[in-house]
Amino acid sequence: MYLNIIGSVLILVMGISLAIPVARLMKKTYSHERNFMDFILPLENFIFKICRIDPGIEMNWKQYLLTLMLIQVYWFVFGFVILLIQGHLFFNPAQVPDMEWTLALNSVISFLTSTNLQHYSGETGATYLSQLSVFLFLQFVSAATSLCAGVAIVRGLRSNSIQGLGNFYSDFVRSCTRVLLPLCLLAAVIFILNGMPMTFKGPSEIVTLQGDTTHVALGPVAGMIPIKELGSNGGGFYGANCAHPFENPNFITFVLHIIIVFLLPVAFVIFIGLYLNRRKFSRMLFVVMLAGFLLCLIPIVLSEIAGNNHIAALGINQTLGNMEGKEVRYGSYYSSFYSTVNMIIPAGTVTGMHDSYMPLSSIGMLMAMQVDAFFGGLGTGWINMFIYLIIAVFLATLMIGRTPELLGRKISIKEVQIAVIVSILSFAIPIILTAIACFTNLHYPGGNEKLGWLSNTGPHGFTTMFYEYVSSMAGNGSEFSGLGNNTPFWNLTTCIPMIMGRYIPIIGAFMIIGSYRKKLYVEPSFGTLKSDSTTLGLFLLSIILILSVLSMFIIFMLGPIAEYYL
Amino acid sequence: MKTKDTTLFPKEQVLFAIKHSFIKLNPKVLYRNPVMFTVEIGTAIMLYVTIYSAISHDKTQGSFGYNLAIFFILLFTVLFANFAEAIAEARGKAQADSLRKTREETEAKLITSNKRGFEVTTVKTFSSKLKKGDVFLCEAGDTIPTDGEIIEGLATIDESAITGESAPVIRESGGDKSSVTGGTKVLSDCIKVQMTTSPGESFLDKMIALVEGASRQKTPNEIALTILLAGFTLIFVIVCVTLYPFAQYANTPITIAAFISLFVCLIPTTIGGLLSAIGIAGMDRALRANVITKSGKAVETAGDIDVLLLDKTGTITIGNRKATFFYPSNGIDEKRFIEACALSSLADETPEGKSIIELAGKEATKNLSLEGATLIKFTAETRSSGVNLKDGKVLRKGAFDAIRKLSEQAGNKFPTETAQRVTIISSNGGTPLVVSENDKVLGVIELQDIIKPGIFERFERLRKMGVKTVMVTGDNPLTAKYIAEKAGVDDFIAEAKPEDKMNYIRKEQQSGKLVAMMGDGTNDAPALAQADVGVAMNSGTQAAKEAGNMVDLDNDPTKLIEIVEIGKQLLMTRGTLTTFSIANDVAKYFAIVPALFITSIPALQAMNIMRLHSPETAILSAVIFNALIIPALIPLALRGVAYKPIGASALLRRNLFIYGLGGVLVPFVGIKLIDLVVSLIV
Repeated sequence: MYLNIIGSVLILVMGISLAIPVARLMKKTYSHERNFMDFILPLENFIFKICRIDPGIEMNWKQYLLTLMLIQVYWFVFGFVILLIQGHLFFNPAQVPDMEWTLALNSVISFLTSTNLQHYSGETGATYLSQLSVFLFLQFVSAATSLCAGVAIVRGLRSNSIQGLGNFYSDFVRSCTRVLLPLCLLAAVIFILNGMPMTFKGPSEIVTLQGDTTHVALGPVAGMIPIKELGSNGGGFYGANCAHPFENPNFITFVLHIIIVFLLPVAFVIFIGLYLNRRKFSRMLFVVMLAGFLLCLIPIVLSEIAGNNHIAALGINQTLGNMEGKEVRYGSYYSSFYSTVNMIIPAGTVTGMHDSYMPLSSIGMLMAMQVDAFFGGLGTGWINMFIYLIIAVFLATLMIGRTPELLGRKISIKEVQIAVIVSILSFAIPIILTAIACFTNLHYPGGNEKLGWLSNTGPHGFTTMFYEYVSSMAGNGSEFSGLGNNTPFWNLTTCIPMIMGRYIPIIGAFMIIGSYRKKLYVEPSFGTLKSDSTTLGLFLLSIILILSVLSMFIIFMLGPIAEYYL
Repeated sequence: MKTKDTTLFPKEQVLFAIKHSFIKLNPKVLYRNPVMFTVEIGTAIMLYVTIYSAISHDKTQGSFGYNLAIFFILLFTVLFANFAEAIAEARGKAQADSLRKTREETEAKLITSNKRGFEVTTVKTFSSKLKKGDVFLCEAGDTIPTDGEIIEGLATIDESAITGESAPVIRESGGDKSSVTGGTKVLSDCIKVQMTTSPGESFLDKMIALVEGASRQKTPNEIALTILLAGFTLIFVIVCVTLYPFAQYANTPITIAAFISLFVCLIPTTIGGLLSAIGIAGMDRALRANVITKSGKAVETAGDIDVLLLDKTGTITIGNRKATFFYPSNGIDEKRFIEACALSSLADETPEGKSIIELAGKEATKNLSLEGATLIKFTAETRSSGVNLKDGKVLRKGAFDAIRKLSEQAGNKFPTETAQRVTIISSNGGTPLVVSENDKVLGVIELQDIIKPGIFERFERLRKMGVKTVMVTGDNPLTAKYIAEKAGVDDFIAEAKPEDKMNYIRKEQQSGKLVAMMGDGTNDAPALAQADVGVAMNSGTQAAKEAGNMVDLDNDPTKLIEIVEIGKQLLMTRGTLTTFSIANDVAKYFAIVPALFITSIPALQAMNIMRLHSPETAILSAVIFNALIIPALIPLALRGVAYKPIGASALLRRNLFIYGLGGVLVPFVGIKLIDLVVSLIV
């Protein structure tokens, strides 16, 4: 037990320490300072040249946002078409057929939005071409997109009077060439060295000890795994995701998985302080995020290692904790540790079945996903935190008798309005969709038996459905299991939270920054509520927790809590 | 006007408020408050359910008595909120009425002119008939019919009706003391006044409309808060609507009464009900401080100002310089020196001269006489004044270099210790007056600006609020610096010309600061208009009053400090009550939600952490608590949350602790207590 605690603390400390140099690299990358990565400059210039892009043009918030959004449309069309006709294209040694259109739509949107819901199974549902040109490609560009969006919002908070937010193309290319690619390469090499497959050969045929012939799926796995973790994506190569031994061969890769999941979101928070030259502000954010992170993590791990009292009542030893649906190699402690980190950072890779977790653990998981700002996704976690920050600052400054201001600029009606709309939507959409799903499940002729959605009805089934939507909304993409989700209903309805959850906070944050930057910058005085004060941090954390508890109280009551007391 | 009554609820105001609580039930009025409007809709639905449960035998919606109880509690929730707004309006109206008394019909002596523009006769008419630009005559004993500017003459005027100050003031044409206010009384002499504002547009008219709520516009912060509250309401609408399919899924029937109760408890009714009352009460508090504001926004802005410009004279220092010390030269008897000083000042009518007599004391001056003496007046050329006594003594007092010139011309050496003393006095911000007898220097009198008692503490308080104070003075930079340090202001503008104020304000505003200033003269008007908060003295010119966005009836230059606090209190009251209201929801959830599902999922009894008696009493207690908390907080809304200048973070911690943590805990206790009572009755 103590060894486990020391081990997990060490993993966190290692990740955070590694985040510091990465944050420095990011600072230099986005402020265009000279650094050791400049050797890649010719490649970047070549890309700009053939694309006929002038990376020096400053974009205002509208131009930046419009460019960012437009490029999503191209990627969407490209990915959608390939998935629809993948069976007829090359690079298909496993003879995988075309994708059904609702599944293709769901899959492409889920990768475009870094959600990676994966209603398909990687081995049998996608060709190597789709894996590489659609899934791997989208994992890269969606990660770079959210990184750019986050960086642009940080730029908007600078104290100077430049109206522009930088150049999207330049940020985008640099995000890929200087941040994502090098880190991915590094991680991939370590993965390969530890036995992760990287091949274009088809499934290998193996005769088992029993004498049966079995097909073991291979593929370019090590190329795909680093970006799935680094970019808060979560789309594994295999259906079983990180529980598959080829995606996670040994404990070293296991540790590396965890570290690279939270490496960039943590580095991003440090980057904010370096870039704005406001270390105290980023420290405040870091502490708030870490506190929220631990608040979600610790109860889940505790409830898992405590074991299941219903099973204990049957006389079965529970000293190993609740082992149902866990990765046997790592036990209940590390499995739940891994899963929770992936709930908080919406990579959503899994190494166990979340619906086999203890009922109360799912409260922590739902909270972590719904908030999506305790570090949260790469770039998007910060954007969500920024929205919460606007609301918290508005209330906090009112409580001390000043009109609201954040980092030296006033917050007016417009900013509050946008922040309120964004948070209403992020809380309301999963709830509304779950209500629709409940209604459909009850009133569809034949009910659940005919639909075959829920393998468990009652409170557990309720949690399953809500989990699916929250996971989509947060861009997490993990699933609770026990949901027959490759049906047109789920394929189509989960598209709504994926799109809304991804783009509404981004659009909202850009609009806020657009209005915010028009205000004058004022040096703080004695009466100013400093945007980096501990008290504000505490208030921010309480606002986030209270908001999420208030909006999900009934869900918790009818799902996890009811199940717990059953 | 100075009705500083301490009772919050005088009987007639309460009666007015009760009446208006019902009038405000009109949906056309109520829809402006989205939170309470949705409660009213809920109440209407409950009325329908109550009637339904009375006439039908369908018991799925609960008993008639239970529904009726919920209906009445909801109705009272709306009424309480209306009452809060109405009582604030009533208080404002009471203030306005006392102002309006000064506005009653008075007789006016209108001066009519013939075609050539010569004044011919005065016609008696009524104040309401006057138009802008009319000229009227006011003689001793007349009440001035309306606001205006004196164009001819001088008069002593009793302004106690407006300011509460009984000492009469002098008003004369030209200069900065030319404006008169309607309702004040001429005590002596005769003036011609030109009406400067159109009827119904004077400052008081605007203020009356404002406090009565008729023309009250929501301030930007109020709008932003309304948006936030509407957002919360919307989330809870969704939570409650989706509860229906969820409950179906969980196989639990939920009564309409329970739905509506949950909804009403969750939406921020507390702050929603008190929001407009808080706004009105803020302006009412300003009015109680004898400040008339043109808009609610001005009060709010005042709470947020960064820089405050103050005139030195009259604000930081008491009117004029005063003699503070006599320094005789070596070998001069102090008593003799003081006598000489007093003699030279006996006939001096200037405030400085009077202060010398005052400092010399009765003992020294009672035997002095100026019989047969010749007075020498101060001229710019000699820069000294004095007397030639009948015994031949020539006494002079004046500026250092003027007297030195006199004494050196007479061949007398200027005493070095006195010269040193002169330098010391100057560098201490004082003014030295050298006194000589027969061109021989006797010594020097020190004149000092007297800083108002308590002003240092007030500036300290402002600094803790985050307000930078700036002193504006015509003095030289050395003197200005000394006084600035002594009074504790943060910055000063020395040798200030009128345009300097304007430039300073512009400079601060360009760096994003909010600037407030007080002024009275016509030459202050542009700066008053430029400042974010311009407070004009009531004694000031009409131009100044028009330019500013507040008028201080007491002519008290330090009033701005009170205005800043009122503005801060206004914002804080809103913020803290919002936090309180939202924090309350946690307990209400714990009361209602287990009660909803306990019948179908008995295991959820474990979540009934308050151990409430039964599902019905739980819901009733939560709704009753929700209703009662509104009237319970009305006094706080009207008085405002106390402001303590302890720094932003400390203040936030304090308010978070009281209203945030308190907001979470209080309803647990409250609901449990109400449940104990309710379970006895049911």
